[in-house]
Amino acid sequence: MYQADVVIVGAGVVGCAIARELSRYDLQVLVVDKRDDVGGDASKSNSSIAITGFDCPPGSLEARLCHETRARFDHVTKELDVPFRVCGALMPAITPEQMERLPAIYDEAMANGVTDVVYLTPEEILAKEPEINPAVLGGLYIPREAVIDPFLYVVALAENAAANGVKFLLRCEVTGMTVENGAITAVETTQGTIRTKYVINAAGLYGDEIARMAGEEIDYTVKPRKGQFFILDRSTPCKTEAVIYPIPTPTSRGKLLLQTVHGNMLLGPTAEDGEDKTDHSTTAEELAGIERDCRQLVPNIRVSDTITQYSGLRPNRTPAGFHIAFGEKTAGYFEVGGVRSTGVSCSLGIARYVADQFRAAGVELREKEDFSPIRRGIPRFAGADNEKREQLLAEDPLYGRIICRCETVTEAEIVQAIHRDPPATTVDAVKRRLRAGMGRCQGGFCGPKVMEILSRELGIPMEQVEKNLPGSYLTTGPVRGGKEDA
Amino acid sequence: MHTVFCDVAVIGAGPAGLAAAIAAKQEGAANVLLIERDTAPGGILQQCIHPGFGLQLFREELTGPEYAGRFVKEAREAGVELLSDTMVLSIGEDHILTCANPEKGLVEIHPGAIVLAMGCRERTRANIRIPGERPAGVYTAGTAQRLINRQNAMVGRRVVILGSGDIGMIMARRMTLEGAKVEAVVELLPYLAGLTRNRVQCLDDFDIPLLLSHTVTAIEGKRRVEAVRIAQVDQQRRPIPETERTIPCDTLLLSVGLIPENELTRAAGIEMDSITNGPSVDQRMETSRPGIFACGNVVHVNDLVDNVTAESRTAGACAARYALGTLPRGQALGVAHGSGVRYVCPQRLDAAAGGKAALYFRVAAPGGKTVLTARCGETILARRTVPRVSPGEMCRLDIDTAHLTAPVTVEAQEVEA
Repeated sequence: MYQADVVIVGAGVVGCAIARELSRYDLQVLVVDKRDDVGGDASKSNSSIAITGFDCPPGSLEARLCHETRARFDHVTKELDVPFRVCGALMPAITPEQMERLPAIYDEAMANGVTDVVYLTPEEILAKEPEINPAVLGGLYIPREAVIDPFLYVVALAENAAANGVKFLLRCEVTGMTVENGAITAVETTQGTIRTKYVINAAGLYGDEIARMAGEEIDYTVKPRKGQFFILDRSTPCKTEAVIYPIPTPTSRGKLLLQTVHGNMLLGPTAEDGEDKTDHSTTAEELAGIERDCRQLVPNIRVSDTITQYSGLRPNRTPAGFHIAFGEKTAGYFEVGGVRSTGVSCSLGIARYVADQFRAAGVELREKEDFSPIRRGIPRFAGADNEKREQLLAEDPLYGRIICRCETVTEAEIVQAIHRDPPATTVDAVKRRLRAGMGRCQGGFCGPKVMEILSRELGIPMEQVEKNLPGSYLTTGPVRGGKEDA
Repeated sequence: MHTVFCDVAVIGAGPAGLAAAIAAKQEGAANVLLIERDTAPGGILQQCIHPGFGLQLFREELTGPEYAGRFVKEAREAGVELLSDTMVLSIGEDHILTCANPEKGLVEIHPGAIVLAMGCRERTRANIRIPGERPAGVYTAGTAQRLINRQNAMVGRRVVILGSGDIGMIMARRMTLEGAKVEAVVELLPYLAGLTRNRVQCLDDFDIPLLLSHTVTAIEGKRRVEAVRIAQVDQQRRPIPETERTIPCDTLLLSVGLIPENELTRAAGIEMDSITNGPSVDQRMETSRPGIFACGNVVHVNDLVDNVTAESRTAGACAARYALGTLPRGQALGVAHGSGVRYVCPQRLDAAAGGKAALYFRVAAPGGKTVLTARCGETILARRTVPRVSPGEMCRLDIDTAHLTAPVTVEAQEVEA
């Protein structure tokens, strides 16, 4: 039996940002997630952009929270030690029809307070990004669009929250809620009962199911909208510095290209509406479509240099739009819904907005004296100069053993990731924190070694080491000399 | 920082690096340092516990560890110094290597000459864009081989293998011997990618079906592989939808090609061959950067370790001569791949080297009776007729490089289908 003031359901970027925000106050906060790791679903498989919100619906809560978040990102990513690069974005118009759409987009940006958006001539566009289609007729430049490491961002929010007293329960699925006299008193989970006064539903794609458990009337649907992506090898010859956005059509925002904070080109996403909340498959047709569409913008992009393809599921709420408020029926229930594509970009704004709503509802938020906004990442060997490397090696000799050769990740870093709070307990959790297995060999060399290190550090046999979710076992037991032979 | 001086530094203690280090020592280099990132020498041969190694070189059939063991012993006796558990981070100016080692920390090595012998890596699921879910249970064949043979961890019980490369076929047999059921080996091309002898010994002998002109069209399973979908492909290698079928399995192994591991090479600014994905070398295995040599699968992917050993001996000996200042240098002449030939290694010849040079090459497509020719203008340098050819099996012609003055072209012409 656990006891909390606030239970946050869902450890995606929204849940973790709220957890960090609430960790400023004298509250017992507990975050539960059914997955093996923080980072949720949509939060770990997106395009990694921190947008300015230039094209959000003007006047919407989304536009406002996006604006607030972007204004704080430069500072907060430093506090949290998260890779963040302000690269700017270009929106080139290739056809006359696309040219005609630019003024509306420009006006929207102004209405959203993104007043640094400017028109560029074809010459100016090509001077900024020589790889853009030379047929370009003109376009917009959005100077403060930025890219972030979305995995590390969520991990950093969670680690900072944990350091300030938030408890994370992973592999913990919510199975029900106890409502007494119209108010929530407990959350039932696969790890037991959590007595609590408040529940914040940040379950994204599963938000409707959690709302139903809380006894709320559901007048909306949440369905998955799939986005497929390509990642290219860092060494690919054709790269861009800025994010390259297509001109959106009335039905789709289209597929973009960008260079991630780690130097890989990213292409995508698709937008496919579906029903299955667990369908993360990629398809040959849609991937081919990404290649075709991105060539319109950047003709020389070399998709044959791809090192991975993946898909993420946006929680697509109908009717659309942010819904961030206390429940209408059940006291103590708070819902964060409708965050479809801008979870990372609105995260900080959402978190503060939630705190404001709590305060407005009369919840006492007493600031803790010992709250620290500072989180330091695992000291990295790759990219360090020799002096720094010597220092790391002196502190921990395991910095001298490179496990992932593609991304130069050492055993020391992997061991640290496994023992942080919240911990990395699966191969994918290690990968997202450190990039071991995220390079061009995709874990061919380091995978078995990471499995061995996880087995050793967690004190579990190899066959219990998992890729990610429970049941994603990697090996089936000893070849010889195991139980079967005995 | 720990600083080490030596005559020849060899990067990688697999079969290529071991042979190069021994040859460098035999050629007279006083200090030969063999750098290995694993904790023990032998490279990938440590996990190749099947027989079939050394048939050409030793006229006997050895397992991978046995083959490597002979060279490890010879290297030790020759006085090669092994620096294991050490990763080379960069190749700097003046051949200076910066390395990391858990006990010694950062190590700076100042060698007279370098031999690159880092081997290769496997092509992945993503390289060939297999669509579908991304569950656990999808392994490259070599990774599965490592888990089973070195880490005593069985990877699955019901297996489909995509790609008829040698490692895939070897693993089909290995998994079967350990009680797994191998449902099929699926090959995109209309012909075998690996050696015929492996098909006979690993697939035919165990009644494992080989499906040519087929591919995997999707992977199913949310957490662990539950099935793969396969389909026949047309002449453009596109799946034919009506032939698609599902094979239930918990594991998909991939044997879909190898890529030379040349991150260090590229970072050092060495000229690369876009077909082999390895550095261009001359017959002495010297790269475009004087004093830096390369051998084995880092240069081009070999099918027999015996060939690797032979070319690595050349690399090691020439590196020693470079370090000792006795390697002559003359005019560089190109070696072109002519009709019917995909690539030739070496990519150029040094006219001053003299003597015999072995030209290793792969044909572009399988064929029957074929005439292999190396020519310099109208002059035939070497010519041989073979009963059949396949891109999966390396060809070789030996030429005399004395008196060469013009580029050499290698051709393969089928004379009888």
